[in-house]
Amino acid sequence: MSIELDGKSYETDEEGYLVNMGDWNDALASAMAREDGAELDSNHWEVINFLRDYYEEYQIAPAVRVLTKAIGKRMGKEKGTSKYLYELFPYGPAKQACKYAGLPKPTGCV
Amino acid sequence: MIDFETPVLKEYPIIPLIQPGAMAHSKPYVAKQDLQEKIGFPGELIDDWQEVAIKKMGELVSKSRALMVFLDTCVKCGACTDKCHYFLGTADPYNMPVARQDLFRDVYRRYFTFAGKHFPKLVGAKDLDKDMLDLWYSYFHQCSQCRRCSVYCPFGIDTAEISMAAREILNTIGVGQKYCNEIIGKAQTIGNNLGLPEPALADTLEGLEEDIEEETGVKVRLPLDEKNADILLVTPSADFFAEPHVDGLIGYAKVFHAAGLSWTLSSHASEASNFGLFIGSYDNMQKISMRIRDAALELGVKRIVFGECGHAWRVAYNFLNTLAGPFDFLDQNYPIPQNISEVTYDLIQRNALTLDKSANDDKVLTFHDSCNVARGSRMGDVAGGQFIIPREIIKATCNHFYDMADDTIKEATFCCGGGGGLLTDDLVELRVKGALPRMEALKQVVDNHGVTHMVAICAICKSQFSKVMPYYGFEMDQVISLHQLVGNAIVLNRSE
Repeated sequence: MSIELDGKSYETDEEGYLVNMGDWNDALASAMAREDGAELDSNHWEVINFLRDYYEEYQIAPAVRVLTKAIGKRMGKEKGTSKYLYELFPYGPAKQACKYAGLPKPTGCV
Repeated sequence: MIDFETPVLKEYPIIPLIQPGAMAHSKPYVAKQDLQEKIGFPGELIDDWQEVAIKKMGELVSKSRALMVFLDTCVKCGACTDKCHYFLGTADPYNMPVARQDLFRDVYRRYFTFAGKHFPKLVGAKDLDKDMLDLWYSYFHQCSQCRRCSVYCPFGIDTAEISMAAREILNTIGVGQKYCNEIIGKAQTIGNNLGLPEPALADTLEGLEEDIEEETGVKVRLPLDEKNADILLVTPSADFFAEPHVDGLIGYAKVFHAAGLSWTLSSHASEASNFGLFIGSYDNMQKISMRIRDAALELGVKRIVFGECGHAWRVAYNFLNTLAGPFDFLDQNYPIPQNISEVTYDLIQRNALTLDKSANDDKVLTFHDSCNVARGSRMGDVAGGQFIIPREIIKATCNHFYDMADDTIKEATFCCGGGGGLLTDDLVELRVKGALPRMEALKQVVDNHGVTHMVAICAICKSQFSKVMPYYGFEMDQVISLHQLVGNAIVLNRSE
């Protein structure tokens, strides 16, 4: 599987996650979201950027608590809830946001 | 994602009319070469797969008397046909336990019985051809190995054992399931199913300590890799990562704190869950279990306690000693291993915890027995302890509790629909449909008693319900951890 953007093709796995994290860029994230029928706004980007920063430091996506706390600090306490994150990413903040951020899908009993 | 219709919740359960082929399209992603080879299996379907598969079947049958008896004794009485949640939710006749078993049994007959070898048509014996292989891949990944059918089988035939054997054979010839095998690989290299490395785990635990202090004013610790602690807590990594699991983890920490017990988590054995079980692979199960032994020795602990996880507890309770024993270096005065619910129950019995039930007065609870605890293992020292202990903990920590219908709880409990290595997004249709019987039972107590939350003691159940409950009109946060109730009710001494 792959995703096409500006005449270039980027390899993805069966579920649309990028195979090579190095391929990622902002435009590709937006293109992946569009494929799911979603439009990324500044709120989505706040989450995506945090995920990428965290991943760079820890080589894993943040736990839901870590994510909600960080988003609460950056965007205001009322947004630091998993309910808010599910509104932004209805398929689950960990999975859907990781996909747009070009990170591997979290595995396990989650 | 495949479009499908969520079943309608009926007033009372109805056994569906069969719909042949209804779930023939359902199959999980196949593991790629690297994932397969990492855990000791061929990277893709091997050339002489038929020969190797039959040989492996013979090996499994000769090693396991139980498996042979299960294959030889079925009399087609039909008692199991309406007992599988996947059959009730999908109406696909291959999801009747006897039909699922027969996919394996017909092949066994063909190659290992006199009649099947010489008169296959007379006895319904079938060749293991490519079509049969595809049926195996599809329908042995529509069994969550929950064992409900075996409770009703007059011979006690256990479909879970047959399904594990089938998956082991599939892996042996190079056809593995992506979800399970990727997880097994991570558990063996990084130490947990998520692939959570030590620095991320330490950071996550530190954050939780801050949260607890902010909420309660008490410094409750979540120690990691602390040598000479008394207790090693081994818990599913979902407890670090997901909701509502994390509230259970906070609950365990509060219990240890309140009881003054010294404990630690381990970054080497940061996973209780053991997916080796689901694919029937003893070797892989052992590799994951050995990490627990190694961590216990390295840290010098006296006890091993398991967090809330169904199949982890099945592996721990039944096999840990065989896989990774002997545990003669642990304190023999305690069960080896022990379940966190046993620890908490014991403390409650001894009045060692101060509990304020009113802290959970905003909830009306019911309890979902996890299949691998209910039918695969036990808690405490009396028969049925695994049913008594969680319920007694609920009753000690909240004022409003109602059980679901008798034929859906305890040894008759329905699987959440996501057990047995099927908790993956590529099987969402199966998971939603398989949850139907549980959702019907839940709806009854919601309607009759105003139940607001369902308590679970398994990481898979918790993730599965948060995902599928919205399909049935419930909220995702209506499933909670048992130790979340404990954590809410426990009164911590602020002066400490």
